[in-house]
Amino acid sequence: MSNQNGRFGIHGGQYIPETLMNAVIELEEAYNHYKDDPEFNKELQTLFNDYAGRPSRLYYAEKMTKDLGGAKIYLKREDLNHTGAHKINNVLGQALLAKKMGKTRLIAETGAGQHGVATATAAALMGMECVVFMGEEDTKRQALNVYKMKLLGAEVVPVTTGTATLKDAVSEAMREWTSRISDTHYCLGSVMGPHPFPTIVRDFQAVISKEIKQQIMEKEGRLPDVVMACVGGGSNAIGTFYNFIEDEGVQLIGCEAAGRGVDTFETAATIATGKLGIFHGMKSYFCQDEYGQIAPVYSISAGLDYPGIGPEHAYLHDIGRAQYVPVTDDEAVNAFEYLSRTEGIIPAIESSHALAHAMKIAPAMDKDKIIVITVSGRGDKDCAAIARYRGENINE
Amino acid sequence: MSNIRKAFENGKAFIAFITCGDPDLETTIRVVKEAAENGADLIELGIPFSDPTAEGPTIQGANLRALTGGVTTDKIFDMVKELRKDVTIPMVFMTYANVVFSYGAERFIKTCSEIGIDGLILPDLPYEEKEEFHPVCAKYGVDLISLIAPTSENRISQIAKDAEGFIYVVSSLGVTGTRSEIKTDLESIVKAIRTSSEVPCAIGFGISKPEQAKKMADISDGAIVGSAIIKIIEKYGKDSPRYVGEYVKSMKDAIA
Repeated sequence: MSNQNGRFGIHGGQYIPETLMNAVIELEEAYNHYKDDPEFNKELQTLFNDYAGRPSRLYYAEKMTKDLGGAKIYLKREDLNHTGAHKINNVLGQALLAKKMGKTRLIAETGAGQHGVATATAAALMGMECVVFMGEEDTKRQALNVYKMKLLGAEVVPVTTGTATLKDAVSEAMREWTSRISDTHYCLGSVMGPHPFPTIVRDFQAVISKEIKQQIMEKEGRLPDVVMACVGGGSNAIGTFYNFIEDEGVQLIGCEAAGRGVDTFETAATIATGKLGIFHGMKSYFCQDEYGQIAPVYSISAGLDYPGIGPEHAYLHDIGRAQYVPVTDDEAVNAFEYLSRTEGIIPAIESSHALAHAMKIAPAMDKDKIIVITVSGRGDKDCAAIARYRGENINE
Repeated sequence: MSNIRKAFENGKAFIAFITCGDPDLETTIRVVKEAAENGADLIELGIPFSDPTAEGPTIQGANLRALTGGVTTDKIFDMVKELRKDVTIPMVFMTYANVVFSYGAERFIKTCSEIGIDGLILPDLPYEEKEEFHPVCAKYGVDLISLIAPTSENRISQIAKDAEGFIYVVSSLGVTGTRSEIKTDLESIVKAIRTSSEVPCAIGFGISKPEQAKKMADISDGAIVGSAIIKIIEKYGKDSPRYVGEYVKSMKDAIA
């Protein structure tokens, strides 16, 4: 999908300081070497299967299907992966790659903390040093994940600049990488940033759609009508879409965090409210003001609370291959509670955005239609925050 | 020939970086005039950006103060028009790619040439992405300044041979900010640049003291100072112009 300079249509590119250019070139060369290396792929597959617990299940949500009364709903259970989210897929790939490159230290940004926990986990497993940058606001929203990262041996650096959320954590991780390159790999957590990150992260996450395809063929003997996932930077969504992009009959839907609504300033819905720009190493759509100042976005979900979207999503939007829809905090919280009650599965508040949209469209679809929703992570981390949202004060 | 050349005709060049609108545009005007009167050869005017990923805490703070004060690109253009009534030394803008892109490259760069801005420094626009703005810069005679870093190595000759205005040599890894010691082998970097380009080289990042500036200027064509000036502005606010003037004089005297 991407060409030589890491472009997806007009999006992507490498808008980064000169100091980092040789680092991303070295990363690209190493990736191009190892991605087709049988030994590397064998090692990664073993980690996926034996350590992360892949393949993740494709679960027929029968009660939800009957309750909604329309399309047949399947859930891709990335929440059942080790560390509780899809983030581990990318992290194991990048950590293994970094190790082959002779790097001994991983740095990462994290929003909800899932990517930070996954990176800390891989670092522990592979005997690497790990530093995670996390917006101070998010360290409060996701205190349990901060503890987990420390438990796994990582250092967690609270970021106080800007809005003290995910975008600031990315900026700070980039600053840190600029100051220490030779032994350090920046383990970027989403399909964003400068080339080659959007391609590398997508390739490691593409296992999601590869498995969905096999599993749905086994269960239904045909491809689904709709596959959907939540989108912040967009890593679980691109993983969910990737192997279906060529299958024109499969509708791809990404669900953005609308926060308190796309008509308010408290939103993180980039496709709905953003415009073309250049930030964090890439050209893509960003929430910004008329002078290009990046907007202080908002979502109840720390993992979707980002003012941009990965360049491949921006391209899929441009060519009309994927649709991106906004889902509010309220709708996501309702879906969070709905899936817990209906299927006994507590989804991440991020994933709940995709579930909420499915709840809107499934009832109007014929019973012979099939929707696959990726449950990108588990919701344990969100319970205290959702309780607070509902006015109940509980200790984590 | 680029107007920026003039900055290097008066001995070693002292280049001062100032964030526009910190603490307000009226103070910026006075700071720039003081700097120019006290020997600055070139002024880098920073247009603040919400998320300046190449800056350390000092300049991040200046960006935040300026934006909180309500500065915009249009207000800065107006300020430059005002400045150009008195200030004749070369001036360039330092900002981030999105500030130029969102304004519209053509509209932004055309305005630069009309108001007397001689060049553009964009730390998030490496050689590979130059084409984003270079054709428009060339059309309006605004130099797109190239940066070379301690990690550039094999990239130096490629960057240097296409460079215009001056070459910004980044002294150290990391972000902007004062440093007690600069360890990079800058002499070999400048030597490598010299084999591919006639364009003057100035060294920036981490320079705050006269003796550091002298050392840097001795091996290149000039020294760039940002964070040390911002610290003075942060400390003295509206009263900062005369202190910046004194500081610039001490630095220019040290390198000249």
